[in-house]
Amino acid sequence: MTTTDRTADLFAYTLRLADDAAILGQRLGEWCGHAPTLEEDIGLANIALDHIGQARALYTYAGEVEGEGRDEDQLCFLRPERQFNNCLLVEQPNGDFAETILRQFFFSAFMLPLWRELKASKDETLAAIAAKAEKEAAYHLRHSAEWTIRLGDGTTESHERAQAAVDHLWPYTGELFEVDGVVERLAAAGIAVDPASLRDEWHATLREVLDEATLRLPPDGWFQTGGRSGRHSESFGHLLSEMQYMQRAWPGLRW
Amino acid sequence: MGSRLHDIAGESARRRAFEVAAQVPDPEVPVLTIGDLGVLRDVRIASDGTVEVDITPTYTGCPAMAVFTMDIETALLAEGFGKVRVNTVLSPAWTTDWLSEDAREKLRAYGIAPPAGKASRRALFGDDEVACPRCGSHDTEKVSEFGSTACKALWRCRSCAEPFDYFKCH
Repeated sequence: MTTTDRTADLFAYTLRLADDAAILGQRLGEWCGHAPTLEEDIGLANIALDHIGQARALYTYAGEVEGEGRDEDQLCFLRPERQFNNCLLVEQPNGDFAETILRQFFFSAFMLPLWRELKASKDETLAAIAAKAEKEAAYHLRHSAEWTIRLGDGTTESHERAQAAVDHLWPYTGELFEVDGVVERLAAAGIAVDPASLRDEWHATLREVLDEATLRLPPDGWFQTGGRSGRHSESFGHLLSEMQYMQRAWPGLRW
Repeated sequence: MGSRLHDIAGESARRRAFEVAAQVPDPEVPVLTIGDLGVLRDVRIASDGTVEVDITPTYTGCPAMAVFTMDIETALLAEGFGKVRVNTVLSPAWTTDWLSEDAREKLRAYGIAPPAGKASRRALFGDDEVACPRCGSHDTEKVSEFGSTACKALWRCRSCAEPFDYFKCH
C-alpha cells in the first residue's frame, strides 16, 4: 500500500466519524428551546455540544491529513450533500421525544465501545480524540438509556411511542456495522476499529435496556444503507441548508 | 558560560509565563484558575521569544476554550511578553481526578459540589454519592444529568432543600 492510499483512507475514515458527530449535533441542536422540560432542553443542548466538539476535533484532523488547506469550517459547511458520509441513523429527523431518545440510545450504545477500542489506535490523534469522546459517550448512553426505560415502562402512550421509535429506527442500525475497503484496510493496520467486533456488546446493551423498558427488539431484517457513500434520506438536504447557511451566505465568516 | 546564563534567563521567563497563565480564571467557574483545573498543560518559550501555551479542553465542545485562549493571550501580553501562541492538546484526556484537594475546597466554598469518586469507575447506571456543598448532608438527589455548563449537573439537597450544581465526575 502506498502512502497516498493510506492518507486517502485515513481522511475518509476520520471524515465519517466527524460527519456522524456533526450531523447528530445539528439534529439535537434543533431541540434547543423546544424540549419537553427545561432540564431536558439543557440536556439535549449539552449532548449536542459534545458531538459538535468531537466533530470539530475530527474535521480539523481530517483537514490536516488531507493536506489541502481545508479547515473544520470548510469541511463542515462547504461540502455538498453527496460528499457527506455520515450514517443514515444520525440524520433521521427528531420526530417526537421518544424518537430522539432512541436514536441517541442506538448510536451511543455503538459509539461507547467504538471510542473505547479506538483509544488503542496506532494513529495517535484518533486515539487522543477517542479518549475524550469515550467519557462523553458513556454519559450520553446513560442518559438516553434511562429515558428509554422511563418512556418504555411508563404510560401506555409513552410505551407506544417508544416502541414506534424502536421499530422505525431499527432498519437504520445495520449501517453502523458495515465494513468497506476503507475500514477493512485501516482495521488491518491497527488504525480503525472493525465495527463487526462491537456487535455482540451493542446487542447486549440493547437487550438489557429494552428488556427493562418492556420494549421489543425487532428481528434483523432488511437494513437501509447508503450514507457512507453519500446517498442520504430526503430530509438531509434541508438539514444541510440550515446548517451551512452562514458560510454559504457569508463565505469565510469567522466568530 | 554565556549560553548557560541565557538558559537560566530563559527558564526564569518560562516560569514567570507559566505563573501568569496559571492564574487565568475559568470564565464559568471563576473561583478556579486554569492551573487549579489542570487545563494548563505546558508553557514553553520558542527561540524567537514566542510564548507557547498548551491547554487541554475539559469537554471537547467546551465553549470556554475560546475565552481561555483570549484571556491567556491578554494576561501574557499585559505582563510584557511579546508574542503568544495557545495550542490545544487532547492527550492525555482531561479528568476531574486532576483537581487538587485545594481546588475541591474552593468549589465547595463557592457552592458547587466537587466531583465524587474516581472518574475511571462509573457504571452504566447508579449515581455518585454527592454531599450538599451548603449543609454537608448526603441526603441529596439528582434533578438533571445536565446543568448550567457542560461540566456540571443539577442536584438538590433533601436536608436543607437547596438546589446546587455538581461538578460531574469525568
